[in-house]
Amino acid sequence: MAVETRTQAAENPLVEGLERLPVPPTALVIFGATGDLAHRKLLPALYNLAHEGALPERFELVGVARREKGKEDFRGEAQSSIREFSRRPPSEEVLNGLLDHVYYIPANFDDPEGYRALAEKLDKLDEQAGQPLNRDYYLSTAPEFFPVIVEQLKAAGLHRHDKVDVRVIIEKPFGTDLASARSLQQVVHDVFRERQVFRIDHYLGKETVQNVMAFRFANMMFEPIWNRNFIDHIQITGAEDIGIGSRAGYYDQSGALRDLVQNHMLQLVALTCMEPPASFEANKVRDEKVKVLTAITPPPPGDTVRAQYTTGTVGGEEVPGYLEEEGVPDGSHTETYAAICLEVHNWRWAGVPIYLRTGKRLARKVTEIAVQLKPVPHLAFQSKGSVGVQPNQLILTVQPNEGVSLSLGAKIPGSTMRIRPVNMEFLYGSAFMSQSPEAYERLIMDAMRGDATLFTRNDEVDAQWTIIDPILEAWRADSGLVPAYEAGNAGPPEADALIGPGREWRKL
Amino acid sequence: MSEDVWSARDTTPSAIEAALRELLGRRYKEDRAFVPARVMNLVVIVERGFRGEVENRLARVGRYHPSRLIIAAVEENRTELDAWATVAAEDAVHKPGHIAVGRERIEVDIGPQHLESLDTIVDPLLVSDLATMIWAPHGHREGVESLRRLASIVLIDSQDEPEVHEAFERASDLTRSAYVVDLAWLRSTPWRERVAATFDPPPMRRSLQAIDKVVVRHRSDSTAAAALFCGWLASRLDWRPSGLARRGDQLTGHCRARRGEVTLELQPEHAGPPGLGGVTIAMASGEAVSLDRGPGGLRAARRARDGGEQTWTVLGASRGEAGILGEGVRQALLRDPTYTPALEAGRVLVG
Repeated sequence: MAVETRTQAAENPLVEGLERLPVPPTALVIFGATGDLAHRKLLPALYNLAHEGALPERFELVGVARREKGKEDFRGEAQSSIREFSRRPPSEEVLNGLLDHVYYIPANFDDPEGYRALAEKLDKLDEQAGQPLNRDYYLSTAPEFFPVIVEQLKAAGLHRHDKVDVRVIIEKPFGTDLASARSLQQVVHDVFRERQVFRIDHYLGKETVQNVMAFRFANMMFEPIWNRNFIDHIQITGAEDIGIGSRAGYYDQSGALRDLVQNHMLQLVALTCMEPPASFEANKVRDEKVKVLTAITPPPPGDTVRAQYTTGTVGGEEVPGYLEEEGVPDGSHTETYAAICLEVHNWRWAGVPIYLRTGKRLARKVTEIAVQLKPVPHLAFQSKGSVGVQPNQLILTVQPNEGVSLSLGAKIPGSTMRIRPVNMEFLYGSAFMSQSPEAYERLIMDAMRGDATLFTRNDEVDAQWTIIDPILEAWRADSGLVPAYEAGNAGPPEADALIGPGREWRKL
Repeated sequence: MSEDVWSARDTTPSAIEAALRELLGRRYKEDRAFVPARVMNLVVIVERGFRGEVENRLARVGRYHPSRLIIAAVEENRTELDAWATVAAEDAVHKPGHIAVGRERIEVDIGPQHLESLDTIVDPLLVSDLATMIWAPHGHREGVESLRRLASIVLIDSQDEPEVHEAFERASDLTRSAYVVDLAWLRSTPWRERVAATFDPPPMRRSLQAIDKVVVRHRSDSTAAAALFCGWLASRLDWRPSGLARRGDQLTGHCRARRGEVTLELQPEHAGPPGLGGVTIAMASGEAVSLDRGPGGLRAARRARDGGEQTWTVLGASRGEAGILGEGVRQALLRDPTYTPALEAGRVLVG
């Protein structure tokens, strides 16, 4: 295989000290190239990589989608998308240069003819480049097409190449439950080896999510207290103030648990609770994450809460309830809010509850990990006339205001020894003046370089579904009314019962 | 963007510091979303008459602006310190979780006699525990020397010195006590990245040993960038450099590589932006790769052994001089281990 050949080659002495490491010549094939994700995220990300000179020196992009259109039409659409969604105004020369390398193949995903056309196109691009290009197939389609495309790639012989690397990049959702995820996995593994498969969870491409590892493993101060002896509980929140918008079709099938908890939030759990990896190498990091995920047993139904938003007020405006949203079926039981309590059964975490909550139309948009320490063992200070000594909290905010905050007890100025919590804060926006690249820029680049560190491995996906599947089953079996919360609130009262007594959710 | 300004004539560093503290305190009270940026102190020593030009350059660096900028503007015959302090912040978006990031700027007008003890003026004005970078685009070595104990980073542009060998000697001296960010080096970054990428595929890595000629085309005032590029190749590929000789308007010479000699040619061009204009690397086999500036990126050409040639464009937007300076500010907080070896090889080449 080409991968072995590359690793055996002598080191390239010229890459030392360079921020941008070389990327092998690549043909990127986007299946579903006319879709929303491609236009809002992937094409602008590719433009920004081109702008920065970060694309491979030989780069070709082939869009594949069902819509009948020509190369020029697709280039025109790509140009409009880049102008609209790029994080920087495009340079005309770079944009035109990129578009010169954009091609389009109209094809139904189950039509072998389309794959024959794709094979011909890729061969022709190799010929033009004077060298074979790596093949990266990006599946940005509806999930039901993932197995179809993978099988067709095999049938057309496009899944392997003697001289270059072939990879498949698969968007979420990877399955809708454990059985479907395993079934998809079976199909994918019949065609590709695991090292060729890059499952995207774009949360992992976010700088602040990667920063969770940096904070934990680059700072000595956290490790000694990062365990059951010092930590009382952990809260992970993924709150949104917006509703489902025009995504009723998708969302009603998915719900909050599948949409956010099964993937993004469990990844945050894994990053928060994993042991330090020996090195920041793809499999070493993922091995540690899998150990955490497989140490979590699915929560009993009593440790889960689901709810749906009803009419309410958000940002001063009245908004409809979930059942009144356009496209939502009457009487839908789909949850727009989910809260669960998990426990990691190992020496470090036994007995520490980890609370996850996510929801639409909540009071504000925030994604954060809050680690609450145990109270001090003895209170020497009076609490009369103040809120007194509170347990320390370490908050890692992922969005919107990325940073880290640590609450400390401090003396209130005055003649008596009264204490109240104060915050020590690090804000990304004030300490780094740079603009973070979009998650997709980082992930596309890593995939083209064959670095899978920020991608989800098969056993991670399996472990995630193993936790979530029984909850889905239990909720499906429960035909009772789904609890409600008013839009613009912090969630249903049932969630307070889940975390209490003695503990409470952080204020949104 | 809103600004609070304080100014005083015949003032002292401690009065400036107190005024700045007062401005910050007022900001905190008025705007709960205000958060001062805390990235880096940048101390710029300028001729007062040209400070506008330098400020314009800094204004264009965009998001990589330092968090506290201290401008020491030198004016002939001045004996007193005059100062202006400004706290500027983005207008707050009054939504939960949003912040208005603020920056501070202090200008102190000084006389030439203040340069020798500039550290005593600047020290109270620095944000403690932040990295401090010095930049003296108009020379003012005395001021730089005075500030060396305060600064961990010095921003230079080897291209600004009339003699390249003097620029490299100076840079080499600075590297002994500080991290040096050299804009001439940063102008060669895209070229170094692309050359590294060209030789990255395993078959091409083997060709690195077979390089027998390197031609660097550069703007006539950018010999420093060209020499640093050659110094980089020499230091990375274990070539032993020797002094270049002038032949017409070119500099030519040799490096000793393991398999033989490598010819170097630095060819000045009279047009184009500062920095490099093109690079050709030829192998003993007759193969060669070239990169030249072109619209939307670098025009790449590869000549095969049989003489056949392929050309294409390596995409990338030009950063422009403002982008280079912004990159200089950003690089101040990173560490490039390859500059000093390249500089030392470059010193031999132009020595």
